[in-house]
Amino acid sequence: MATIHIDGKPYEADPEKNLLQTSLTLGFDLPYFCWHPALGSVGACRQCAVRQYRNEEDTQGQIVMACMVPAADGTRISIEDEEAREFRRSVIEWLMVNHPHDCAVCDEGGECHLQDMTVMTGHAYRRFRFRKRTFNNQYLGPFINHEMNRCIQCYRCVRYYKDYAGGRDLDAFASHNHVYFGRSEDGILENEFSGNLVEVCPTGVFTDKTLKTHYTRKWDLQSAPSVCAHCSLGCNTLVGTRYGGARRILNRYHYDINGYFLCDRGRYGYEFVNRPERIRHPLLHEGAHDTETYSKPETCSADVALKEARIRLRRANRIIGIGSPRASLESNYALRSLVGEDNFFNGLPAAESHLVTVALEILRHGPVRSASLREIEEADAVLVLGEDITQTAPRMALAVRQSVMRTPRETARKLGVPAWHDRAIRDVAQSDRGPLFIAAIDETRLDDVSTAAITRAPNDLARFGFAVARALHPEAPPVDGLSESDTTLARQVSDALANADHPVIITGTGLGNEALLQAAANVAWALLRCEKPAALAFVVPEANTFGAGMLDGRPLREAYDAVSSGDADTAIILENDLYQRTHDVDVDRFLGGLKSIIALDSLRNATTDRAHVVLPAGTFAESDGTFVNNETRAQRFFQALPPEGDIAESWRWLGRLAAGSAPSEEPAWKYLDTIIDAMVADYPELRGVRDAAPSADFRSNGARFPRSPRRFSGRTAIHAQFDVNEPSPPADHDSPLSFSMEGSTAVPPASLVSHYWSPGWNSVQALNKFQEEVGGANRGGPPGICLIQPEKNLHPFFTEIPATFRRSGEKFVVLGLPHIFGSDELSRHAPALAERIPHAYVTISDADARARGVSEGDQLVLRIFGREHKLPARIRPKLAPGILGIPMGFPGHAGLVFPVDGHL
Amino acid sequence: MNKPLTEHIKPGAPPIDLAAYERTGGYEALRQALASMEPGGVTSMVEESKLRGRGGAGFSTGMKWSFVPMGDQAPRQKYFVCNADEMEPGTFKDRFLMEHNPHQLIEGMILGAYAIQAPTGYIFLRAEYHASQTALARAIEEAREAGFLGRNILGSGFDHDIHLHTSAGRYICGEETALLNALEGRRAIPRAKPPFPPVVGLWGKPTIVNNVETLYNIAPIIRHGADWFNQLGLTGESGTKLYGVSGRVNRPGLWELPLGTPLREIIEEHAGGMRDGYRFRGVIPGGASTDFLVEEHLDLAMDFASVQKAGSRLGTGTMIVLDDRTCPVGMVLNLERFFARESCGWCTPCRDGLPWVEKILDDVERGGGREDDLDLLAQQAKHLGPGRTFCAFAPGAVEPLQSALKYFEEDFRRHFNGNGCPYRSESAASGTRQVPPGNGHRI
Repeated sequence: MATIHIDGKPYEADPEKNLLQTSLTLGFDLPYFCWHPALGSVGACRQCAVRQYRNEEDTQGQIVMACMVPAADGTRISIEDEEAREFRRSVIEWLMVNHPHDCAVCDEGGECHLQDMTVMTGHAYRRFRFRKRTFNNQYLGPFINHEMNRCIQCYRCVRYYKDYAGGRDLDAFASHNHVYFGRSEDGILENEFSGNLVEVCPTGVFTDKTLKTHYTRKWDLQSAPSVCAHCSLGCNTLVGTRYGGARRILNRYHYDINGYFLCDRGRYGYEFVNRPERIRHPLLHEGAHDTETYSKPETCSADVALKEARIRLRRANRIIGIGSPRASLESNYALRSLVGEDNFFNGLPAAESHLVTVALEILRHGPVRSASLREIEEADAVLVLGEDITQTAPRMALAVRQSVMRTPRETARKLGVPAWHDRAIRDVAQSDRGPLFIAAIDETRLDDVSTAAITRAPNDLARFGFAVARALHPEAPPVDGLSESDTTLARQVSDALANADHPVIITGTGLGNEALLQAAANVAWALLRCEKPAALAFVVPEANTFGAGMLDGRPLREAYDAVSSGDADTAIILENDLYQRTHDVDVDRFLGGLKSIIALDSLRNATTDRAHVVLPAGTFAESDGTFVNNETRAQRFFQALPPEGDIAESWRWLGRLAAGSAPSEEPAWKYLDTIIDAMVADYPELRGVRDAAPSADFRSNGARFPRSPRRFSGRTAIHAQFDVNEPSPPADHDSPLSFSMEGSTAVPPASLVSHYWSPGWNSVQALNKFQEEVGGANRGGPPGICLIQPEKNLHPFFTEIPATFRRSGEKFVVLGLPHIFGSDELSRHAPALAERIPHAYVTISDADARARGVSEGDQLVLRIFGREHKLPARIRPKLAPGILGIPMGFPGHAGLVFPVDGHL
Repeated sequence: MNKPLTEHIKPGAPPIDLAAYERTGGYEALRQALASMEPGGVTSMVEESKLRGRGGAGFSTGMKWSFVPMGDQAPRQKYFVCNADEMEPGTFKDRFLMEHNPHQLIEGMILGAYAIQAPTGYIFLRAEYHASQTALARAIEEAREAGFLGRNILGSGFDHDIHLHTSAGRYICGEETALLNALEGRRAIPRAKPPFPPVVGLWGKPTIVNNVETLYNIAPIIRHGADWFNQLGLTGESGTKLYGVSGRVNRPGLWELPLGTPLREIIEEHAGGMRDGYRFRGVIPGGASTDFLVEEHLDLAMDFASVQKAGSRLGTGTMIVLDDRTCPVGMVLNLERFFARESCGWCTPCRDGLPWVEKILDDVERGGGREDDLDLLAQQAKHLGPGRTFCAFAPGAVEPLQSALKYFEEDFRRHFNGNGCPYRSESAASGTRQVPPGNGHRI
């Protein structure tokens, strides 16, 4: 630690940080624009000027930019210096020269960093008496609104979009006071992380276009901490709501997971919550099965629906419960308790269920750790084996993109360039990148920063992984018949991993290939045997796949068998559209064999359409619950919307079903904490779930934490045309949060943060006040508890190496291609996101296309299980011959379980 | 011997070709250095010569070279770059040299490249310098054919080749790090310093960027020695300087004179004094981005230290003279308009401050000026000063402004109260032309 002096007082400081970050951490309100904790310093805006003195005797000093000076021992600065203050005011005055002052009609108004900084510097009166320059705005797609006149040219957008996120279609154009930030022409911003521009931009140039369609000021948004429901990473989010609808998603900082950024699926997928296809009332559907007497489902009261459901359950011969990887841990557990261990199925197809079990076993029996996104970001060598993470776990791809800067940053450090000095680091690094190896079936969006990228059939990717492990350690099983070039590359990869201090291996279940998981484990274990602290990151498909997997349910196939063998006649299906998971012929047969179907879900789908009783389940926005992410971290999400009408968490419905029919009977689990306690008692492995967030009785100075901001103004306006009385806020017995603006003003534990605000800091950058140090850990530690801690013992290597892929005759192996926009069942319903879903297609290798005379765009007829799928061809030069790919989860072939055989 | 830069140049003549250059001792210095000097020896000799950069900043050339990492641990790829992006208003010295004697630049570059062991060189040339481009391209070709460029130069084992790159234009490319960005195909924006180019330069590799005139001194220094060079200056600073004068003098032009030649001698003797009917009011001594000097400074020795002491900078040594019938406000407006347009747009003060300054000056000229504009302009000049902006562009840009406020405050005031430019009405009344006819170079 160093000692620095600010306005004559000594402070402890970290010399590895710059003076701006240090001052902010110490609580000084030093204004800034271009600096960002995740993007580093570039010295463009000149807003953070302070006076620096050479030593104690120096009374003159000189104006410096705090972001460009290290907090070295003995540094003396003055923030309060009058000339520094005058200069800082002057910077705002310059920025205001062309700023349109349209705060009243600007979406950023009330949460604008530029507003905050303007007030902070004290600039108030306009002296510029000439005309402002104006720009044209661009259409940037369904996610982002562009209003260039507001721009203050801080360059954050291009630094984030190009340098950080690897985007290629946003840039700075022109020069002097005409610098323009946009695309070369109107068009959709292509990068998967474009939505972060909304938070990166310090003013209203880039704003959330979905929020615009149902706009609400920040101070009128009721928000709650949530966890993203659209992939397995568990990025932390803030869900903003008003008048019964979800209005937007903001990033909720999690030091170990998402940091400052979300992917566009996570940010814009939320709109499914507001869709007309939502199930808002219980439905009875007497004739669900009988095409003769087919009737439309009828809405009914909760009591009627429960009564009907109970009758059906009483009459049942055997009830099976089908859980879901997109339902909370609590809901899955509630179902399991209701139907009993033997009748609980995890809702996954057999192959996927098996892969999840294999992955969990690898993590349980260690000794390799599960890598957090931060560890991936800080890794100095990464091997991605098989998984196309940009599509299946997008935020992880953004983390991997940062990892390659670690080595160049180290080179820069040796030249005396500090880690925060982004401008100089990029001059030093140029195109040098640290080791990143990608083995996938086709090109990926990360190839541009990879050291080497190979494309092979899934089995051959696994074989490559096994070969890397073998190159690392002689006890790992050898791979016979590997090509010379693959052997050489495997050696190169193993050298890079062995030379790294923090190597990370990434793989996943996306290709449906067990050997890939085992190969990745072998590589990690081989590294551990070489004393390298390797970490492993598994990507699984959904928000609670690991959670569902940890409840030991059996796969769907066995549920189907239980019906076809005749003993089960009733099913409770929890938040699961079976038509998305298994082949429709199988689902039809299964559902057709049931006497009673009770479904709980939030959106109408093919499965709920066949249910006799449908109970309206809350989405993530209306629910309290826990998801277990890809690192097995249990994280709590909370209601941001008080559920309207009969909507309730599935676990609550199931609790009421389990309670029996007497009206006086209490539900089995009345509160979130009750069901968590019951679950933890049954599953010692889930112990950590209880501590994932404070329980409902947690108070700060005797008060709850408010979901509404302190300046919430809309509460009496909601029904003002009927009644000016303020309705009493809904009670919340499940969390320490309140549905009001009253409550504790303290900084809550990170898992309970509902919004970022601090006096003088109305924008998202108030986050500074919620961190131990700016850019560092969440105050009180990052939320969530990792449930699986690896055992210390070395695990023997996996030895079953798959045979190399050989096509058999005319048959193709068809693989599912995940799409960030389109493959996720829920976010697909969000209108803005739906605009980004491509039309279905089939990829075919160059060689196969040539052999069959196929040209790009030709309609191909793909036969799978005797059914024909007509799809336009995309010819892929790097795809292995004998393999076809079609988008995962797209309408028309949603229930296919990949890999699957197909014919052209 | 006492005009090492221009002694063989005949103004208006075609460029000196390789044979002619060699006849006058050209490439002797290179032969000498490659045959008998270590790279470090070349650097030491240039250091001992006390040669200071002629691009405007006046940094010691030899010292700059000595910052380049040498030896086995140093990167093999290094670059030697000639900054020929001469865009300073009123400055036309480098062009004169390149158009007439391109080989002396090439020889200087090879020597510099040898000193830092750089296999690759670039000349970053202002796009509008077509004649220089032709001359340099031909000279590079000749030098390649003669074995002065390419592999194993003169059997020394040293490899070096030079690429000629014409700029896409913009004044800021003359800033050495913006030049490097432009050369890499990036936006021409200055880089953060440190790290300095000798350590982290072009494509991240050690790079020396030197001005054209600076490099014309290298071969003569190597041939005749540091002592010879030291005695060329009049006031303790080494060598000669190309001084230029434009404005309403009798003989605008360019002269190679000993460093430290008094201002009065340059203007009155070499430039022939003021034209009839014009009185000297001030001079911007070193291109547009330096402070005005006025009558009291006429006996100043034009060297780096003396001009600095007088509150200005020698800069490029090519001066623009202000006469009594030209409006100082209009002159400053003209310069600030240029600077506002040429700002790269990276940092706030420069990007948004200079256009404001320009607009105020324009308003003053048009009669919209107010008393408090003086404070506003002074404040802008102060806040655009050194350390407050990302690079030296804006501080340079406001040097003529701040000194005009100091020396010509009364002229500003005469514009106020709706008057507008008093000179405009005077000149309109007397019917004199605002722009004098151009004139050729003189040595």
